[in-house]
Amino acid sequence: MSILASKNTRLLVQGMGRMGQLHAKLSIEYGTQVVGGVHPGKGGTTLEGIPVFDTVTEAVAETGADASVIFVPPGGAADAILEAADAGLGLTCCITEGIPTFDMARAKRAMRGSGTRLVGPNCPGVVVPEQCRIGIMPAQITKPGPVGVVSRSGTLTYEAVDQLSRLGIGQSTCLGIGGDPVIGTSFVDALTLFEADGETEAVVMIGEIGGSAEEEAARFIQEKMSKPVVAFIAGQNAPPGKRMGHAGAIIAGGKGRASDKMAALEAAGVTLAKSPGEIGQTLAARIR
Amino acid sequence: MNVHEYQAKELFRAFGVAVPEGHLATTPAEAEAAAKRLGTPVTVVKAQIHAGGRGKGGGVKLAKSPAEAKQHASDILGMTLVTHQTGPAGKLVRKVYVEAGSDIERELYLALTLDRASEDFAIIASTEGGMDIEEVAERTPEKIHSEFIDPNVGLQGYQVRKVASALGLDKAQTAKLGVFLDGLYTLFTEKDGSLVEINPLVVTADGDLLALDGKLGFDDNALFRRPDIAALRDPEEEDPLERAAKEIDLAYVGLDGDIGCMVNGAGLAMATLDMITVCGGSPANFLDAGGGADKEKVKEAFKLILEDEKVKAILVNIFGGIVRCDLIAEGVVAAADELGVEVPLVVRLQGNAAARGREIMAASGLNITPAETLQEAGEKAVSAARGA
Repeated sequence: MSILASKNTRLLVQGMGRMGQLHAKLSIEYGTQVVGGVHPGKGGTTLEGIPVFDTVTEAVAETGADASVIFVPPGGAADAILEAADAGLGLTCCITEGIPTFDMARAKRAMRGSGTRLVGPNCPGVVVPEQCRIGIMPAQITKPGPVGVVSRSGTLTYEAVDQLSRLGIGQSTCLGIGGDPVIGTSFVDALTLFEADGETEAVVMIGEIGGSAEEEAARFIQEKMSKPVVAFIAGQNAPPGKRMGHAGAIIAGGKGRASDKMAALEAAGVTLAKSPGEIGQTLAARIR
Repeated sequence: MNVHEYQAKELFRAFGVAVPEGHLATTPAEAEAAAKRLGTPVTVVKAQIHAGGRGKGGGVKLAKSPAEAKQHASDILGMTLVTHQTGPAGKLVRKVYVEAGSDIERELYLALTLDRASEDFAIIASTEGGMDIEEVAERTPEKIHSEFIDPNVGLQGYQVRKVASALGLDKAQTAKLGVFLDGLYTLFTEKDGSLVEINPLVVTADGDLLALDGKLGFDDNALFRRPDIAALRDPEEEDPLERAAKEIDLAYVGLDGDIGCMVNGAGLAMATLDMITVCGGSPANFLDAGGGADKEKVKEAFKLILEDEKVKAILVNIFGGIVRCDLIAEGVVAAADELGVEVPLVVRLQGNAAARGREIMAASGLNITPAETLQEAGEKAVSAARGA
């Protein structure tokens, strides 16, 4: 199996602008079942061979979709997330970068108790190798296999996946959870899913400075995880008080340092990759 | 985005948060006039820069007469103020805020921010005002009270009472705290604040609550819908290279080393700095050219990196997901050619159209060292910087 998605996933694309259309096309080429698009005002048209609807509810009724990917601009993205939840989708993956923090804090609170899982925002999405591509990842670098990959970053995820694939080590699911301060799916959520997934035998986790999600993951790994975890923390040389590209990547008030996260993970039995060039090798050494 | 103390206090006033009376001055004469207008026995002349620790650095002075206020202003204006937050280079003071002195009975601490662990808003309050709050949290965590606010419910009366109780306020002061916190919370939510910090919040001899200092930051991602807040930006307070980067939509952070970096994606860009350090080198900057990096962007990024005179070598690290490496290669070649790049250039292209990208660089006749892996890129950049 895999986590979050599979070849049976029926995907909607919310926001059929230039990016939405491009990635709908790339996902279809990868074999993903993209069953519809949602773009207010474009309902009734067809784009990239996909029927477009004005609302998610309508799209779900017509297509039987169970997941969506969001390419809506920042000002409307939280609204799109709540619309996906309102329509009862099981998964919504928000790619949009730059959503105001308040909008996300409110939307996430409002989603408590709903059956919809949010991945992101500000994330590259989810790839189940040779089955399903949700988002913007270059799925051709992935390869089916036993390693779950979860990361707060985009291109650094590709780097790690590429290192694994070149060593002949495939992935069960590759997942970017996003670089914002408020995100739907945390490391702990992703690790919980990987621990329960029959196909996943080990996990690569890529964290970065800012917040305390890695420390929470360390606690979870220590208490609940049986599968080996290898981690790398980006930003070990980042100066305090500076936002390093991602809205959430900032060492503030002495909190969120890479060294604290690495110490917590190491104490929980996680093997740390000392260099970002050795993520694949470190995993290979740990499972062999 | 941060704003100056005087701007924060104007917003506080507009939202019913009590502050001492004060006026902005850019010359000693204006400061003297401001002190006269205030008419209080004591005024405070405060340097306006975006950094804390101004008092210790000599940027905050008490004046017992308008003439003294004028003298202090003439000392402070034009000085380069160095505090623990400015870095060794310090910051040039261009404005002072002249404020009515207050009769202080107690100094408290109050902040409002997003708590990342709970994803709620949090009021952080302490009886230990006027001190470094991180130190208080470290040494006496029991003296810090945190009150979490559900963003969909808002600040409730019982929460005000809990904060008041933690601060040891009496009944009349609790009512004043209610008005104070309501105003702060409304300001925070209506204007997309990211941090309000009032240190100290003072209780005066008359039992009033006043924000004696005010640090206010806003969510950069929300500025598009808060034009009034965006207008408060002071470009003079920003690092010139970081400001130039922002204007062309690049994320740039200047560092102390000698290897310039251009990377796509924030995570990979941070990891590239780590890679260089592992290889024994030192990065000159963080630069995320973004997911949509193209030829023009690459050129702009190169210009920016070359403005930094410390740079002895440049490392370009691109993992093409959607970005096409051949277009990046064209950009690198064009930039190196047009800008006359003289420092050694190490370029690692991986992913989408990488092979074609490498061909373009090899055919350019320019002195570009290619690298295959991240490790190799780090090693080659470090030895290039050493050789230069």
